[in-house]
Amino acid sequence: MYLYDHIDQRLVDERVAQFRDQTRRFLAGELSEDDFRQLRLRNGLYVQRYAPMLRIAIPYGLLSSRQLRKFADIARRYDRGYGHFSTRQNLQLNWPKIEDVPEILAELATVQMHAIQTSGSCVRNITADHFAGVARDEIVDSFVWCELIRQWSALHPEFNYLPRKFKIAVSGAVADRAATLVHDIGLHAVKNSDNDVGFRVIVGGGLGRTPIIGHVIREFLPWRHLLTYLDAILRVYNRYGRRDNIFKARIKILVKERGVDSFREEVEAEWAHLKDGPATVVEEEVRRIEARFTRPHYEKLQDIAYPDVKTSFTAWRKRNVHPHKQPGYAAVTLSLKKTGVPPGDLTSGQMERIAELADHYSLGELRVTHEQNLVFADVRQAELHGLWQELRALGLATPNIGLLTNIISCPGGDFCALANAKSIPVAESIQRRFDDLDYLHDIGELDLNISGCINACGHHHVGHIGILGVDKNGAEWYQIEIGGNQGATRTGVTPTGEIGRPLHASLGKVIGPAFARAEVPDVIERLIETYLERRDSQAERFVDVVHRLGIEPFKQSVYGNPDQRTTDRRRALAAA
Amino acid sequence: MATLIKERRIVDEPSPPPDLVVLQPTDDPAVLAGRLGGPGAQIRAVAVNFPKYADGRGYSIARLLRERYGYTGELRAVGEVARDHLHAMAQCGFDAFQLRAGEDAQAALAAFGDFSESYQATAARPQPLFRRRA
Repeated sequence: MYLYDHIDQRLVDERVAQFRDQTRRFLAGELSEDDFRQLRLRNGLYVQRYAPMLRIAIPYGLLSSRQLRKFADIARRYDRGYGHFSTRQNLQLNWPKIEDVPEILAELATVQMHAIQTSGSCVRNITADHFAGVARDEIVDSFVWCELIRQWSALHPEFNYLPRKFKIAVSGAVADRAATLVHDIGLHAVKNSDNDVGFRVIVGGGLGRTPIIGHVIREFLPWRHLLTYLDAILRVYNRYGRRDNIFKARIKILVKERGVDSFREEVEAEWAHLKDGPATVVEEEVRRIEARFTRPHYEKLQDIAYPDVKTSFTAWRKRNVHPHKQPGYAAVTLSLKKTGVPPGDLTSGQMERIAELADHYSLGELRVTHEQNLVFADVRQAELHGLWQELRALGLATPNIGLLTNIISCPGGDFCALANAKSIPVAESIQRRFDDLDYLHDIGELDLNISGCINACGHHHVGHIGILGVDKNGAEWYQIEIGGNQGATRTGVTPTGEIGRPLHASLGKVIGPAFARAEVPDVIERLIETYLERRDSQAERFVDVVHRLGIEPFKQSVYGNPDQRTTDRRRALAAA
Repeated sequence: MATLIKERRIVDEPSPPPDLVVLQPTDDPAVLAGRLGGPGAQIRAVAVNFPKYADGRGYSIARLLRERYGYTGELRAVGEVARDHLHAMAQCGFDAFQLRAGEDAQAALAAFGDFSESYQATAARPQPLFRRRA
């Protein structure tokens, strides 16, 4: 954890005081609905379908047990006793009262937390690799850089009213576990041949209405220049990003309209003025931030060789336990994807138990993943069995990480005012259909992502199977995409990290007309059957088969062959 | 007569200065370069218009005027300028604020004290916090 100093704390306290006054003025009728909207969004407060929603920042997904206890307490006292972890590593409360929000923020500030810039057209919470600092394939520990960027972005006076929201993701490992290619800016911390740290800068990726894979605009930006370069990108975007049409306002559209090369030239021209200026990062600051991070004191341990016997523990260990750079330690994913529980939801009681377990098993810290799970990053291998038993009792040991039922899902139409369709019941119906663990493991690695609308909070474009809720004349329908992929997330364990490694993300393709909700599990089942028939070996994943064969065989399995489809269509028209 | 805040005080201004140069958010402040600072400085008052509450382009224009073109004269925010903008606008180099109709100017003065620090390098504090942190 980065521990605030007195200035970090004061700024957050001052923000709470500012918002308390803004809320008071709004409730007193001194501030219009429209003006207050801008202000409350920048403090994480939405007005949703049934109630307000408060989005609390978990900077780069890192959280202490003390902070989790505070969340549990707040959720119980100000909400309905549960919270939702989102794909942006934030925590959302679905039922707070507007007048309570200043007090909630004040309580969060006591544990060095805030909701600053978790919504609105500004730089949002920085997201990161949930295995940062412990991954075996890590090149650079990205948390220090994330914190530097957090401070740079917090209350930035120039960039508080951008054309649209702005999301930055940072990865410091060979594998990209932060989906950096589908962010407004993605940063890969790398090292050059002289072992100096720098960043590969990727701009203009994104999901939503116009999914685009980001473009590399700089292969190696020395760390000193990180903030001036970010200032240059943001300034070009702030001045020239489109403000006439909300659907064309993200930076990806600016990059697309200008062309990558001319966008890069504009950024470089702006940067030429800022480069080596006062915002150039100094080594003392990097060291200062580093020193304010609590660091685990690892014991000298040996890796444990587990027998490959067929037990529940083995199944869990294989799916939910991940290699650690320190011998004798492991990182553990707590699955928030148990069938019947909305993906990413936890009750206050579970949060408190998890906080206790984090204290006992993982040095009092945990991480939130963009796949809406939690991670204990520093578990002694010798204690894995004990932890597994505890987690199982809490319903957090479902051995499905990387598998079909580890569904990413937005809150959807059950909560969100933007949604066209519900997501959570769809996730549940699929989880119920694939409840046989052996079958699930046989299917192998598969990301299934669900979004309840085109804003794509559930990252459906980069799911191996992506499901999008659409509205047709007031009814809920579901469009299905296949072949998306968020990047090389679970491969690439060789810590080479040479510059110029390939970028792997891809966007899914829609297989055809949308389905009614009740049809979705059948469709998924047919897609899976087709995959199992066509795969070369168990090593060839669903997404690999889609890339090898294209979508046609999958389409046929779902809709019938093209001749059949034409006949059916004629018959349907004749009957109409 | 619009309410004007200058040097953190409410001032009466019967009419705007005749030589006030008004920039729109789409204008490039580079067109004024050479007339803004140094021996050739002719411009003494620049206004930047904020056509909407959430239009942030003027913040970049202000920083460019101050930090790139060395402008030291009056820099006035006009248009949809409200109390909750003042702190960030001042950070970006504005020193005069023509509040939109209906704003309580007296109460708005408090906004300059919303934050005691800023992490970033700004026109008002060219050294970022990390170069000033003890």
